[in-house]
Amino acid sequence: MDYVAVIAVEVLNAIATLVLVSIGLAVIFGMMRVINLAHGEFIMLGGYAATMAVKWGIDIWLSMLVVAPLAVGLAGAVLERLVIRHLYGRMLDAMLATWGLSLLLVGLTTAFFGTTTQGVQSPLGATSIGSYSVSLYAAFVITMAAVVCLLLYVLLRHTHFGLRARSVMQNASMAAALGMHPKRTYAVTFALGAALAGLAGGILAPITGVVPTIGVAYVAKAFITVIGGGTSILAGTVAASTVFGTVNQLVSFVATPVIGEVALLAVAMVLIRLLPQGITGRFFRGRI
Amino acid sequence: MRVTRRKILQTAAGTAALSAIGGPTFAQPGAGEIVIGSLHDLSGGLDVVGKPMEEALQLAVEEINATGGLLGRKVRVVTLDTQTNVQLCAQYAQQLALKDKASVVFGGITSASREVIRPVMRRFNTLYFYNTQYEGGVCDRNIFCTGQTPAQNVDKLVPYVTRRWGKKIYVIAADYNYGHITADWIKKYAKTSGAEVVAADFFPLDVNQFGPTIQKIQAAKPDLVISVLVGGAHMAFYRQWAAAGMSSRIPLASTTFSVGSEHIVLSPAESDGIVTAFNYFESIDTPVNQAFVSRWHKRYGSGYPYICEMAVATYQGVNLWAQGIRKAGSLDRMKTIEALEDGVSFDGPSGKVSIDPATHHCTLDIQIAECKDRKWQIRETFKQQKPVETAAVCDLRKNPGENKQFVVKV
Repeated sequence: MDYVAVIAVEVLNAIATLVLVSIGLAVIFGMMRVINLAHGEFIMLGGYAATMAVKWGIDIWLSMLVVAPLAVGLAGAVLERLVIRHLYGRMLDAMLATWGLSLLLVGLTTAFFGTTTQGVQSPLGATSIGSYSVSLYAAFVITMAAVVCLLLYVLLRHTHFGLRARSVMQNASMAAALGMHPKRTYAVTFALGAALAGLAGGILAPITGVVPTIGVAYVAKAFITVIGGGTSILAGTVAASTVFGTVNQLVSFVATPVIGEVALLAVAMVLIRLLPQGITGRFFRGRI
Repeated sequence: MRVTRRKILQTAAGTAALSAIGGPTFAQPGAGEIVIGSLHDLSGGLDVVGKPMEEALQLAVEEINATGGLLGRKVRVVTLDTQTNVQLCAQYAQQLALKDKASVVFGGITSASREVIRPVMRRFNTLYFYNTQYEGGVCDRNIFCTGQTPAQNVDKLVPYVTRRWGKKIYVIAADYNYGHITADWIKKYAKTSGAEVVAADFFPLDVNQFGPTIQKIQAAKPDLVISVLVGGAHMAFYRQWAAAGMSSRIPLASTTFSVGSEHIVLSPAESDGIVTAFNYFESIDTPVNQAFVSRWHKRYGSGYPYICEMAVATYQGVNLWAQGIRKAGSLDRMKTIEALEDGVSFDGPSGKVSIDPATHHCTLDIQIAECKDRKWQIRETFKQQKPVETAAVCDLRKNPGENKQFVVKV
């Protein structure tokens, strides 16, 4: 019985990690149809921002939850202005540009910080479920994923900015004709997506450590989740994360983590074959 | 295009100019210098291991040159950075052998890179020193291995941890040749100690999520866990293990912990209590080691985090080679090999290191140590351990033409 509870916690942890890692990409891809291949590097930068902030003496919670998203959001805003702005509507060119961006960010980080893995100690302790010891950090990750989804929902549904963002997403020319600024909305949305990626990096830094090449592992999973999720930003990401995270963890428990990854990819292939528009192309249509 | 006299003159001038530019890039060895090659990963994921090895090599060469060099000639090092990329190992090994005409090459870190470099060195008749601990079994007259092998470290570690903690062992290892072969050795030495390996899990080098593994380990209820994890991503295991509160519940031993300075990067809470068996620890209390550490700190700064085993193995390797050259009195490869097979030893920072003529591996001291507060406290010492597992399958005196790596069968 304890073992089942422990498995459940690990499954929720995996789902929450997927949600955190993918939500930034979902915002950028869902709103602007920009394939941001530098998403993994944004996560990496968030991890480095949190780690460096802790090294400079800032409290770890502030580093993870405030410094990391702010720093990466700012970087995202600057990069949007310089690079992405010229590529809306040009999907393949955006892919190439953001791929180059990701290489640039990896190179810059390596030049500044070297390739040794760094990190901070996990701030929470552990607790017991029966005779098993479970990290409390898993509970923190799950809580943060839920909070992020809730805040994003409130932002998109109940604020003016959310209304503007959704209308620009649906029909940019009509929104422009009605007096909104699509370009400005895009800029803020890109910064928001980057900030969310930075937040994910900051939250994951204590359990994985940071190294310049860590983004590569995340970008693949994030893309699979976003594409599998479909057009709805929140509902799609949560639904796809649930499916993939559950399969990944359960198979990892039965076999090894490698087979768990294989199972995740196999399920993704089947899903895309059966539902080419993603999960929210068929279920939960019209939700945010 | 019509061939005119003007075209011919222009082409000739251009070619001459280009070859003049290309000229100076070919290194001209100084008169009578001995060239040695250094082939380590100075960037990429393994730079944390490769850079100290390179620094140890430079220190050893500087000390040799300070006493007049070898055979009256100065030693010059050609360093090539293989960037944690195995393809570059083959390319640069060939370059060192053919273009720089190195008398000897020191390098290769992972077993994968060694098995790429070794045939190249053999093909081009260049002596090769491999200074990293590995899984044993290489039988090749052109290579000298100064790193410890499982009969030296695993064979001492497993009985110690079994005696101290219990008989049920859970093994987690990196998923490549070193990890698999070392896991087999652990199983073998566990059997001879009356212990049992209840499970062995393998992880590719980029896996950094170990949540389910930690729960599986708890479900199996072992007495201890032996970790053969390698690299930066695997360091996350120690973080997650401590975060799950397991450090006080199930003890950890490792054959690879501290190779990447993990005990410096991680916090004491995450690294205390881990037991390892190595040839060298910075805290070895002998006059030779203390002098070495102070020379190292003078050269590389007193704030140097930790002098790791592979750096000292490289330092000892260079000195063993130098002794071979002095004994042979010549740079000729065969003469050097025969001199090295004729009883060469060196009093290094880790103790006495001697080359075993039958296997071209080293007889050396092994210490078992436990990590406390980012320092290693030595618990037991085993003097002059022979590379028995390789000696059981390899005798280069009987079969000098042997050229393979034997793999243990458990």
